[in-house]
Amino acid sequence: MLSRTADCLFWLGRYTERAANVARGLSVAWRMAGLSASLGAAVDEWRSLLVATGVEPAFLTRHGLPRQETAVDFLVRDPDNPSGIIPCFGAARQNARTVRTALTVDMWSGLNDSWARLRNLPDSDFQGEALPGFLDWVRERVLLFNGAATDTMLRGEAWLFVQLGTALERADNTARLLDVKHNLLSGHGGTVDHAQWQAVLQSVSALRAYHWVYRDRLDAARIAELLILRPELPRSLVACMGRVAELLERIAQGQGGRRGECHRLAGELHARLLYGRVSDILEDGLHEFLTETIGRTADLGREIEAFYIRA
Amino acid sequence: MSFDEMGEPAAARAAYAEIAAWLRHTAPERLLAKRAEAELLFRRVGITFAVYGEGGDPERLIPFDIIPRILARAEWERLSAGLEQRVRALNAFLADCYGPRRILREGLVPEALVLANAQYRPEMEGFRPPGGVYTHIAGIDLVRTGPDEFWVLEDNCRTPSGVSYMLENREAMLRLFPGLCSRHRIAPVNTYPEDLLATLKAAAPERAGPDPTVCILTPGSFNSAYYEHCFLADEMGVEVVEGQDLFVEDQKVFMRTTAGPKRVDVIYRRIDDDYLDPRAFRPDSMLGVPGLMAAYKAGNVALANAPGCGIADDKAIYPYVPDMIRFYLSEEPRLANVPTFLCEREADRSHVLANLDKLVVKLAAGSGGYGMLIGPHATKAEREDFAMRIKARPADYIAQPTLALSTVPTLCGEGIAPRHVDLRPFVLSTAETVRIAPGGLTRVALREGSLVVNSSQGGGTKDTWVLEGDPLPLSQVQWQGAVPC
Repeated sequence: MLSRTADCLFWLGRYTERAANVARGLSVAWRMAGLSASLGAAVDEWRSLLVATGVEPAFLTRHGLPRQETAVDFLVRDPDNPSGIIPCFGAARQNARTVRTALTVDMWSGLNDSWARLRNLPDSDFQGEALPGFLDWVRERVLLFNGAATDTMLRGEAWLFVQLGTALERADNTARLLDVKHNLLSGHGGTVDHAQWQAVLQSVSALRAYHWVYRDRLDAARIAELLILRPELPRSLVACMGRVAELLERIAQGQGGRRGECHRLAGELHARLLYGRVSDILEDGLHEFLTETIGRTADLGREIEAFYIRA
Repeated sequence: MSFDEMGEPAAARAAYAEIAAWLRHTAPERLLAKRAEAELLFRRVGITFAVYGEGGDPERLIPFDIIPRILARAEWERLSAGLEQRVRALNAFLADCYGPRRILREGLVPEALVLANAQYRPEMEGFRPPGGVYTHIAGIDLVRTGPDEFWVLEDNCRTPSGVSYMLENREAMLRLFPGLCSRHRIAPVNTYPEDLLATLKAAAPERAGPDPTVCILTPGSFNSAYYEHCFLADEMGVEVVEGQDLFVEDQKVFMRTTAGPKRVDVIYRRIDDDYLDPRAFRPDSMLGVPGLMAAYKAGNVALANAPGCGIADDKAIYPYVPDMIRFYLSEEPRLANVPTFLCEREADRSHVLANLDKLVVKLAAGSGGYGMLIGPHATKAEREDFAMRIKARPADYIAQPTLALSTVPTLCGEGIAPRHVDLRPFVLSTAETVRIAPGGLTRVALREGSLVVNSSQGGGTKDTWVLEGDPLPLSQVQWQGAVPC
């Protein structure tokens, strides 16, 4: 496959996933903001979300202290925020358009229809009371895209690169969300913490999963374990990194075993998670662990590009 | 008064008999609903065309008119024989100009028109492309003024576009009007991608073997015809590449792939000569491939179309095409040229300046309907402006009489009305054969009275049907469903 095509497909996977992740984060922030009065505590959810998506500095320069309306605008619409929902869809569609022939009609029309609505979206469609409905719609559109890919794409390299982008973005997202809340996960669970823990789990669609896996009250160490080390949770770090390593291996096999640093690094990152213990991670410092993971995930992204795209 | 290809509804011409009946019996609301459905279809497929200089929607749809344009078999056979003849002569002309220059030495075509032409590529002198074919894919624009009067309006020998519309329009018609289509024996056009691939493979250097690697070189996703580049690549199962995806090493061309470099044998390039290779042509080109021309001339890769084809479709060369046909093929032209005045010639120029209100004036080097004057429809100020420009740079302009272009019924805001059309058939050439998809792309000027069919100037398109025989009346077709459409 053309390197540029692989590049576009990889970023197509990343941008669609990022849009859905921002939508998940916004849903939870919205809910927390609604709860903050009854919890009797100032809950700085908007700020957490800006930090988690890595756009806080840009936001602060532009708007100062986060308020709901400015944070939502920045995370949904603002064309200057490349991680916002609409810019992510725009970038995803531009990538898709560039490699139209590598996509199926169902993937393309799903994305194209989403863009048809988003490109001229009035503020009233996502501000205030309209926000939760809009976020549900965004998540549905990404689910539709992923479903179209799963159901219709030929299982060749194109498929593997889209999946690779999705898996890597998802790993990065889970690590960032956890890192923003790492203080909470080291604490001991008052009412506010409990609500925050719920929020963390919801932001990766894992609240129900927690109950199924542990059948017990929410607990900081278990939440960390679930999101970092449990392979059955599709958004846990170990599951995402396992998927990345598997996809890279399948691409290598399709090319007669051609491998590089990205294959080694993905294997190493996966092994560390696969054989890691949550007690060790908490003891050594959750923040340090997550910061390192985020950094090495970024390294992995660069190695993938160096090997397959810019070689 | 323009010739209408359907004729009076009560006495429709034979090929249109069934269409006339269909239009009589179908409620206008139903046609409008079908048109809306067609638009949705095109929008979903993503078939769009950017229009330069108009601002607004960068992914505008070219309007599609649901009423087909029909040619009888006999009409098409005459046309296709003429097209084949014309393209053979154009290829012979190109081989001659970059080779022995017989036609120039014999004075049939003024030497300056060719050698001083901005489209002339000295890099091509003495080089013979594989098979001696220069314009593998040509689009010849035809207009009609009467039952038997077809004219060649212009030749496109470089990178003619629009064939994806020909194919998608047919798909849309088959989907929207299966009944109507089945009552006509329509010559299929969907072998075009296979024919194109065969044409491109035939152009490959011999050493590439029986299964050469073909790719389409596009300027990128911001080009107005990008959809078409992807569509054709998809239909042929070849890669669509940008300049950055290719590189030249040791005078061989490779694509950058995830599995390492892959050798390329044939490039169907959809970028202009100027941008093809910054080392050979414009040094500031970011779209091309450095070293491509050297690889081409070393015989390591084929380019379709060959660089330098612009001297054959130049509007100032156009008046000489009938002479070329006589000169190279010793045949009489089967398709007529529109009488053309070259403003460069003094006698022609004074005639043009005296008759600006009756003539169409075009830039000799222009395309896409940009920078032209339609005398009868222009204001006095516009005519005066053009007169000044002609006097300042006479060699840049040609003029032709305003033809009463034929009309075809078209669904407009106010109902069904005649609108002017042209036709662009696509001609594929190898050393051995010439292949032409039956019909081509019909473009229609949607504004009342307008003669400008270019999609960049608000034109639309229609499906073009070449009938294998007369249409079957509805009564002869077994109908299962309730509503024939």
